[in-house]
Amino acid sequence: MLSIPIEYYLILSAFMFIVGVTGVLIRRNAIVVFMCIELMLNAANLSLVAFSSYHGNPVGQIFVFFVMTVAAAEATVGLAIIIAIFRNKLTVNVDEINIFKW
Amino acid sequence: MELANLYQSINLIIPEIVLSIALIVLVIADLIFHTNKKIIPFIAGTGILVTAIFVINQFNYIGFAFSTATHTARSFGMLAVDSFGVFFKLIVIVSSFIIVLLSLASDEIQKTTDRIGEYYALIYGMILGMFFMITATDLILIYLSLELLSLSSYVLAGFTKLRDRNSEASLKYLLYGAVSSGLMLFGISLVYGLTGSTNLYIINTLIQNPHINLFTLSFATILIFAGIGYKISSAPFHFWTPDVYEGAPITITAFLSVASKAAGFALLIRFVKTVFVSYETNEGFWSLIEVFDWQSILVVISILTMTLGNFSALWQNNLKRMLAYSSIAHAGYMLLGLVVLSNQGLIAILIYFMIYLLMNLGAFLVVMLIANKINSEEIDDYNGLGFTSPLLSVSLAIFLISLTGLPPTAGFIGKLYLFIALVDAKMIAVAIIALLNSVVSLYYYVRVLKHMYLVKATASTPSIIPSTSNAILLLVLVVPVLIFGVYFQPLVEFAKDCIVILGI
Repeated sequence: MLSIPIEYYLILSAFMFIVGVTGVLIRRNAIVVFMCIELMLNAANLSLVAFSSYHGNPVGQIFVFFVMTVAAAEATVGLAIIIAIFRNKLTVNVDEINIFKW
Repeated sequence: MELANLYQSINLIIPEIVLSIALIVLVIADLIFHTNKKIIPFIAGTGILVTAIFVINQFNYIGFAFSTATHTARSFGMLAVDSFGVFFKLIVIVSSFIIVLLSLASDEIQKTTDRIGEYYALIYGMILGMFFMITATDLILIYLSLELLSLSSYVLAGFTKLRDRNSEASLKYLLYGAVSSGLMLFGISLVYGLTGSTNLYIINTLIQNPHINLFTLSFATILIFAGIGYKISSAPFHFWTPDVYEGAPITITAFLSVASKAAGFALLIRFVKTVFVSYETNEGFWSLIEVFDWQSILVVISILTMTLGNFSALWQNNLKRMLAYSSIAHAGYMLLGLVVLSNQGLIAILIYFMIYLLMNLGAFLVVMLIANKINSEEIDDYNGLGFTSPLLSVSLAIFLISLTGLPPTAGFIGKLYLFIALVDAKMIAVAIIALLNSVVSLYYYVRVLKHMYLVKATASTPSIIPSTSNAILLLVLVVPVLIFGVYFQPLVEFAKDCIVILGI
């Protein structure tokens, strides 16, 4: 049986990671920034499962379960905080959330 | 894993188990006593004290818990219980106890009485995360404990959500934190790909293989450093620090600046020592695996951190924000102890942390007591306080002088040992840069004293006399800072006993 080489997974994962990082850097909507962070986590997940199958040991797959749980918890906390800030300022644009400056 | 191993492992994580039980008790008590929540802080304090007893007891237990991997006829666990870890757990537990006392004295926190149960439960979540961070020797556990600590602290940073600066602090903390943990996770996945293992000790033996892909390994470890560097707020991952420290409730600021930083340092030191050090020479110097020049990178990071911290602190008008920049600078100083890669540097870091705990928590306590009264942390509002509120002003002066590192305070001893370690490692140039940085820091610390003592008090200058319990707490922090400035031998002896990091 012909299997897909690991490079394909890694290229896809690197691409997702770069899209995520770029999104965090250039998007100004807090919710979109948050979605880009999720993309970074999922890129790491993809490479973890790819490596897990490559090495033939299950550690990577177990790690992915934990990462998914953490990502869900992070999304919960994050959205709650975004709601709290929206109630105070009526915006989720990170450029307008700027009481603190140096 | 065998049953005997499991049983032995449970013995090694008793403090964490006690902490989890206390957390559950706290949540249940919050439900039972929902009409009168005065008892909650006492339950929280008791839980921390009980945990402290078990932590001290751990000095007698040394070993790996939850051995998952066997390699070269020895097994390495997911957790390493050693005297280095116990030392940092003690730092965390002492500072959390002081934070509980601080919370009792803080008007800001006391206003949120109906949610006080959540507050202490989240603090427990942070302590638990830090405990696992300090002992973790497996990348999965490192990531999970980091996230446990982060998630609890995101919520706490915005705990008094009535003010918009709280929620802004919380959002900034969350965004920076989530990005750096995402970077760290990608780095971890690459390390796992290179070595096929998540255990630090096995990674250490595998990366000594000369055929390893050097570029990927360096890239991956830089990404992992992003996650750890964010926790210790070292440059270039320090941007969140001033905003979060200024916006968060002051008790949480104090907690983040001491305990969270201690846990981050413990993780960083353990990571460097177990992954990159191949052996220890007889003189106590650590020999790095020669794949990549980590030492020069660490030198650059630490110099950058302290310089950025000190120079940005120069033009701050908010005392809380100034202390945030000063804590960045202190992270830079403490990194110097790691830069020298020797046991002597490690001892210097441990001494520095004991002193840093006292002086930083003390400074935040004074700022909080003054803010309780005048509801402001602006340095201009401190004008003339030296004449109307002598106890607070003198204590603040002692803490700030100690933070600068002048004798006869304890801060001098901490810096002295760091510089001795640097000179012994023949890094004179770095020592001189650090010394010049201390001189710069003198300017902004003394500026506060100038406002308190050289500006005449007016009729509107408030007179702030702390309650007896707060005064006692203040003295408990001030007196050691003075005593350890002259009688520091016990600190040094204790630090020397606590440098055992379980290795191969």
